[in-house]
Amino acid sequence: MRVALFVTCLADHYFAEAAADTVRLLRHLGCEVAFPADQTCCGQPAYNAGRLGEARRMAEHTLGVFAGAVGEPGDPAASDAPAAPDGPAATDAVVLPSGSCATMVKKFYPRLLAGGRDTAPPTALADRTFDLAEFIVHRLGVTELGSGLAGRRVAVHQGCHALRELRLETEPAVLLEGAGAEVVPWEAQEECCGFGGLFSVKMTAVSAAMADRKLDTLPEVDWVVSGDGGCVLHLDGRNRARGTGVEFVHLATALWRGVAGDARAAEGSDVAAVRDAAEAARPLEAR
Amino acid sequence: MHTRIRDYPSRSSEIIRDDPGVRDAVTGATIAFDQKRLQGYAEVDADAWRRWAEGVKSHTLTHLDRYLAEAETQLEANGAEVHWAADAAEAREIVMSLAARHSVKSVVKGKSMVAEEIDLNPALEAAGIEVYETDLGEYILQLLEEEPSHILGPAIHKSLQQVQELFADRLGSEPGGDPDTLARAARRVLRDAFIQADMGITGGNFLVAETGTVALIENEGNIRLTTSLPRVHVAVVGIEKLLPRMADLSGFLQLTARAATGQPIGCFVSLVQGPASHPDDDGPEAVHVVLVDNGRTDVLAHEHAWEALRCLRCGACLNACPVYRQTGGHAYGYVYSGPIGSVLDPGLLGLHEAMPLPFASSLCGACEDACPVRIPIPEMLLEWRREAQEEGLTPWKERAALKGLASVATRPGLYRLAGRIGSRLGATGVARGLPMLGEWAADRALPQPSRRTFRELWRKGIE
Repeated sequence: MRVALFVTCLADHYFAEAAADTVRLLRHLGCEVAFPADQTCCGQPAYNAGRLGEARRMAEHTLGVFAGAVGEPGDPAASDAPAAPDGPAATDAVVLPSGSCATMVKKFYPRLLAGGRDTAPPTALADRTFDLAEFIVHRLGVTELGSGLAGRRVAVHQGCHALRELRLETEPAVLLEGAGAEVVPWEAQEECCGFGGLFSVKMTAVSAAMADRKLDTLPEVDWVVSGDGGCVLHLDGRNRARGTGVEFVHLATALWRGVAGDARAAEGSDVAAVRDAAEAARPLEAR
Repeated sequence: MHTRIRDYPSRSSEIIRDDPGVRDAVTGATIAFDQKRLQGYAEVDADAWRRWAEGVKSHTLTHLDRYLAEAETQLEANGAEVHWAADAAEAREIVMSLAARHSVKSVVKGKSMVAEEIDLNPALEAAGIEVYETDLGEYILQLLEEEPSHILGPAIHKSLQQVQELFADRLGSEPGGDPDTLARAARRVLRDAFIQADMGITGGNFLVAETGTVALIENEGNIRLTTSLPRVHVAVVGIEKLLPRMADLSGFLQLTARAATGQPIGCFVSLVQGPASHPDDDGPEAVHVVLVDNGRTDVLAHEHAWEALRCLRCGACLNACPVYRQTGGHAYGYVYSGPIGSVLDPGLLGLHEAMPLPFASSLCGACEDACPVRIPIPEMLLEWRREAQEEGLTPWKERAALKGLASVATRPGLYRLAGRIGSRLGATGVARGLPMLGEWAADRALPQPSRRTFRELWRKGIE
């Protein structure tokens, strides 16, 4: 399967390694990954602020960048066209390592570009765009990723857009468990972390208190895993300011660590030692 | 009504910083309510109920003129008097003139958000009339001279200990009594008030047009007494509270209770149609229904805001809201707080008056999932934000930043350059470049940009 990566502005600049792990993971799962070079920001910051003119310009730019990257469903040209890794080649799907930005493309673009929620027609891009976990579970049909995360206790922070707009209620946990991790129940798992983009800047005390509620209820875990970089920036920012001292890991990185650990184990190495070495060699960009 | 909405950012931080007990009490109580709602929804086909209720309410609102006229005719046929109040001042004057006409010296009140909205208590008290709030939560707040913090649980921000101390001090109850003991202490005072009262004032959960019936839901029994013991009953009801037929009521009574507390139905449901028809019958001699507009027709006429008028005042959106949970209702500065307040208040008061409430949300969507009449609160917040931007009600720094983002994001070359510069400058450099990050950094460690952007990694080749 040919996939165009929409890396998102946040992952491009703040979670570059998690974005690279997204590529590694997709390739490991048999996908050919293209990266259309003219992609920028999906426009959600402007959309959420109510600046629809700016949001529309960014949405139209993004649609232009990815328009060539998606054929019609069932269109043989979509998978037969020659792949140009940097260009807008025809691909089967657009994948984002962010549930929130995926929601922008899938749910909010049709509203934004149609000008009203009652009349929004789905766009070709909306139908073929996926959050990473959604893509792996539902498009690739993969839930087993080996046992490389065996012994890892993780908590899952569910981003609000992935959870309530895309209804990805179990997918991140299914994949983590599918890689051998133990997903520990967290009473605030489905609660908003308080990021909300502009909200975290405008209502900073409330936003921080919301992060505190998440951090205060965290169970004993090795990692807190989330499929959304925005949530991680905010939660980990608060985590580091308070010195709560838990490690935040993007879902792509967590899954890739599992897969990579598994691959080395298959070569006969000591699993734990290799995994620790792999981690030491790739420190979290967010720290 | 005087509002303190504008102070939301500072009041919310003050409450979080200076009064942490509020956050603890509100978080604990709302999570308990929310879990009960989830359970209450799970016992029925809640999605089907909610779609049905949304349909009935939307239909009623789009034919409001017809149903209001029908309700008036029916109420009058039942022997009740109907009064129309265009705004809060008119509503107050109507109630005050009724009090004068019926020689009222003492009033008992059931919990009513509309009464709060029209500032009724101060007007009654200024006329020398004794006013007793008879809902336990409202009574607590009356003693404390505070405003309600939650549509359903007005004293939700108070801890048990605070109520124990208050009642020991003011009512002479034994220190440290359990909730039953405290309720008994309040009851001793309120029973006398019920017997003394000349007038009972309530709101109304529903007004059935077909039969002219005001329906009231409660758990404490105080509304039953308020509507039946005093000589005069006045129901102050917003014009959006209509239901077309008696056959609709049963479903709404059950849905409201499930959404609010997870109960199958409220412990008491009072149906008020008019005064006692015979002097020997129970019930008041006179029943007055005051129908209050106070901005509602403006909301109804608004392209997006009208959907907020479906609201049943169940409080489910407040209970589900992680923003509301941090502060309770007082931070919002108006009687309707939380998610529904943030979409309703701009419609009732005008957007300019209600700033910055549309921005007091992370748009997490929990409210919409909880709402029994499926009010699309996040989308409505976005519509208010759009209007606020168009009317220039947002800070210029923010507008400039987003214009800048759009300029850069529609020019890929410039975007790549900016990204590279950002990654070379590091966190501090980026913060210096973007003024709004200063506020972020007050509570959080600054985000560290990756040393190489993803596209640089991609160009080098990802192994």
